[in-house]
Amino acid sequence: MSSTNLPIAKAITAGLRDAMAADDKVLLMGEDIGVLGGVFRVTDGLHAEFGSQRVVDTPLAEAGIVGTSVGLAVRGYRPVVEIQFDGFVFPAFNQITTQVAKMHNRTNGAVHMPIVIRIPHGGGIRAIEHHSESPEALFAHTAGLRILAPATAQDAYWMTRQAIECEDPVILFEPKKRYWVKGDVDPDHRPELSPWQADVVRPGTDATLLAWGPSMPLAIESAEAAAEDGIDLEVIDARSLSPIDYPSIIASVKRTGRLLITHEAPVLGGLGGEIAARISEECFYHLEAPVLRVGGYHLPYPPSRMEHAYLPDLDRVLDGVDRLLEH
Amino acid sequence: MVQLLAADGTRTPHPDMDAALEDSGLATPERLRGYYRDMVMIRAADVEATSLQRQGQLGLWASAFGQEAAQIGAGHASREQDYLVPTYREHGIAWARGIEPWRLLESFRGVSHGGWDPNALRTHPYMIVLGAQAPHAVGYAMGLQRDGVVGTGEPETDTAVLALFGDGASSEGEVAESFTFAASFQAPVVFYTQNNQWAISVPTSVQSRVPLAQRSRGWGIPSVRVDGNDVLAVLGAVRIALDSARAGKGPVFVEALTYRMAAHTTSDDTSRYRLTSEEEEWAEKDPILRLRRHLEQLGEIDEAFIARCDEEAHDLAMQLHHHIHGMEDPDPVGMFTHAYAEPHPIVEAEREQYLEYIAQFEDDDERVAGHVEQKGERA
Repeated sequence: MSSTNLPIAKAITAGLRDAMAADDKVLLMGEDIGVLGGVFRVTDGLHAEFGSQRVVDTPLAEAGIVGTSVGLAVRGYRPVVEIQFDGFVFPAFNQITTQVAKMHNRTNGAVHMPIVIRIPHGGGIRAIEHHSESPEALFAHTAGLRILAPATAQDAYWMTRQAIECEDPVILFEPKKRYWVKGDVDPDHRPELSPWQADVVRPGTDATLLAWGPSMPLAIESAEAAAEDGIDLEVIDARSLSPIDYPSIIASVKRTGRLLITHEAPVLGGLGGEIAARISEECFYHLEAPVLRVGGYHLPYPPSRMEHAYLPDLDRVLDGVDRLLEH
Repeated sequence: MVQLLAADGTRTPHPDMDAALEDSGLATPERLRGYYRDMVMIRAADVEATSLQRQGQLGLWASAFGQEAAQIGAGHASREQDYLVPTYREHGIAWARGIEPWRLLESFRGVSHGGWDPNALRTHPYMIVLGAQAPHAVGYAMGLQRDGVVGTGEPETDTAVLALFGDGASSEGEVAESFTFAASFQAPVVFYTQNNQWAISVPTSVQSRVPLAQRSRGWGIPSVRVDGNDVLAVLGAVRIALDSARAGKGPVFVEALTYRMAAHTTSDDTSRYRLTSEEEEWAEKDPILRLRRHLEQLGEIDEAFIARCDEEAHDLAMQLHHHIHGMEDPDPVGMFTHAYAEPHPIVEAEREQYLEYIAQFEDDDERVAGHVEQKGERA
C-alpha cells in the first residue's frame, strides 16, 4: 500500500504523469500549461519531464485547441486538453458538440475520439466574470460525450487515468475551489468502483442527498449538521454526470423515499431536473415527497461579492432538507 | 494568378510549375487523358446525383459542377500517404482518392452521416459545419510531425495534409485559428480554397476585402493564387505546396479561382442572386472543355477516346442510378450502435426500450403495414 496525501491539483498532475509514462500517445495541450505549469499548476513539472512535443503550449484559441485534438486523435494520439476556466470553453463549444461528440458516429465507428477535456469548474473563488461557471448540463445533453466530476484526490487521480484510457471523449470537470484540499491517493491499486458509478459516501435512512464535484463537501457537511438534529441523510457522490448512474440513485431513493439534489449550476434546465424526472418515473411509489433541488438561480453568475447568496450553502441545503421532510 | 492553360487550351509556360510538373511526372499526355476522363466521370456522377435528388432518392445534393479541375487536380497532386480533409462538395477529390461516388451519396440520401474509414481511405469525412475541419487538418499534421514522417527526405515517407474549405468558410474563426496553429507549429498542412465566387447567395467580395490568397500572409504563411479551372495550374501549385509542407517547411495556402456552375444545393435558386450572363461567361472557361482543347492542340486525344469517356461516364451514372434506387433503408435500431465506442448504459437502455416498443406491433398486421407505408412515403 503506497497511499500518499496529495492536494486534488497534484493528484491530477500525478494522474497525467503516470498516464503519459504508460502510453507515449498521450499528450497535453492548452494555454500556459508548459513552462508555467498551468494557471492552477496542474501540469507543473510535466513540460520539463516530457518536453514540448508532449506538453504543448498552444496559441490562445480554444476552438483551435479542441479542433487540433480531433485531428491528433484521428492520427492515433490521445490528447488531453486543458481549458483554462469553465467560462472559456464556449469558443470550443462548436468543436466539442459537433465534432468531438460526433466523429465516432459520423465514421460508423471507424474512428475513436479518446480526447480528455479538462475544465476547472464551479464558483466560490471570488473570481471575476466567466471564472465560476457550471456548464455541465450543456455537455451532458450532448450524446457522444462522457463527463466525470471528481470530488476527492483519489478520484481526481484515477478519473484522470481512466478518462485518458477511455475510447470515448471525456470532459473532466475539476473542482477548482478544492484544488488545494488534500486527500489520500493510492496510485498502485485501481479502485473497484467504476468511474461511471455513483458512490454512497454516507449511508442514511431519512432522505438521499445527491451532489457531485465541488458540491460534495457541502453535501457531507449538511448531512453531519442534519444528524445533530436527528435527521439521517444518505449522501451520494454522482461522480459520473454522463452517463449518470441511475441504478445507484434509484436504489438509494427506494430506501429513503426522498431525494434532494444540490449543484452550483442554475436549477432551471440543470442536471438536477433531469435526475428528478427520472426518479419520478422509476421511484414514483417509493417517493414520500417531491424531488427537490437546491442550486443556482436562473441568472448570469453574479459578481463575487454576491456569489455567497447564489451558491448553495449549508443553510439552503438544510432548508431544502426541512421542506423535503415536511411531506 | 497562375494559369498554364488558357480557356482556349493554349499552354503558357511557367518556370516553377513546369519544373514541378516535369519532375513529378504528373503531366504526361497519358496522365492528362486520365484527368480528362476523371472530370468527365465525376461530372456525370454529379449530374446523375442531381437527378436522383429530383426523383426523391436523395434529400439534398451539393453539386460540384464547374469545379472539376480544382478538385481532380488537387486530388492527384497529393501522394498516397497524404491525408485529405474535405468539405461536403469535394466529389472530385473523393474520386481522385478512389472513393466510389455511391458512398458520397449515402449521407445525402440519409442512410449514414458519411460512413467511410478516414484512415483506410486517407480522407477525412465530408464536413458540413463550415471550417470546422480546418483545425482537424492541422491537428493531424501535428501528429505527422510527432510520428517523424515530415522532412525525412524520403518521398514515400514524408506526408502532408491537404485542408480544403471554400471562400465562404474562409470567414469562419476556426479557419483563422487553424492558420495560427499551423504557422506557430510549422505543421505540414496545405490550406486549399476553391473560391467558387458564391457562398450560397453572398459573393466573395463580402467575405474579404483582399484576394483570399493574401490573407494567410499575415500569418507568415506563403500563398499562391491559381486558375482553378486549369487542371495543370492546380496540379502544379498544390504539388509544390504539398512537397514544401512535407519537407518540413511549414504550411502553404493555395487559392483556386473557380466557379460553382450549379446552385449551392438542390434547394437553392441562383436566379435570386446572380445573372445568367455571369454563368454563361464562366461556361466559356469550363475546365473539361479547356483540357480537351489543350489535348487536341497536342494531338493527344481523338474522337474515339472522347466517345469512350462519355460512354463510361454514362455507365457510371446508370450504375449510380440503379444502386441508389435499389438501396434499402437501414434498420433504425442501427442508430444506437455508434454513439459511443465503449458500452453506455443509457444508450443500451434506450435501445432496449425502442426494441420493446417496436416488438409490440409485431403481431399487428395493420400497424406494421401502416409503418411500412409511412416509410415508403418518406423515401
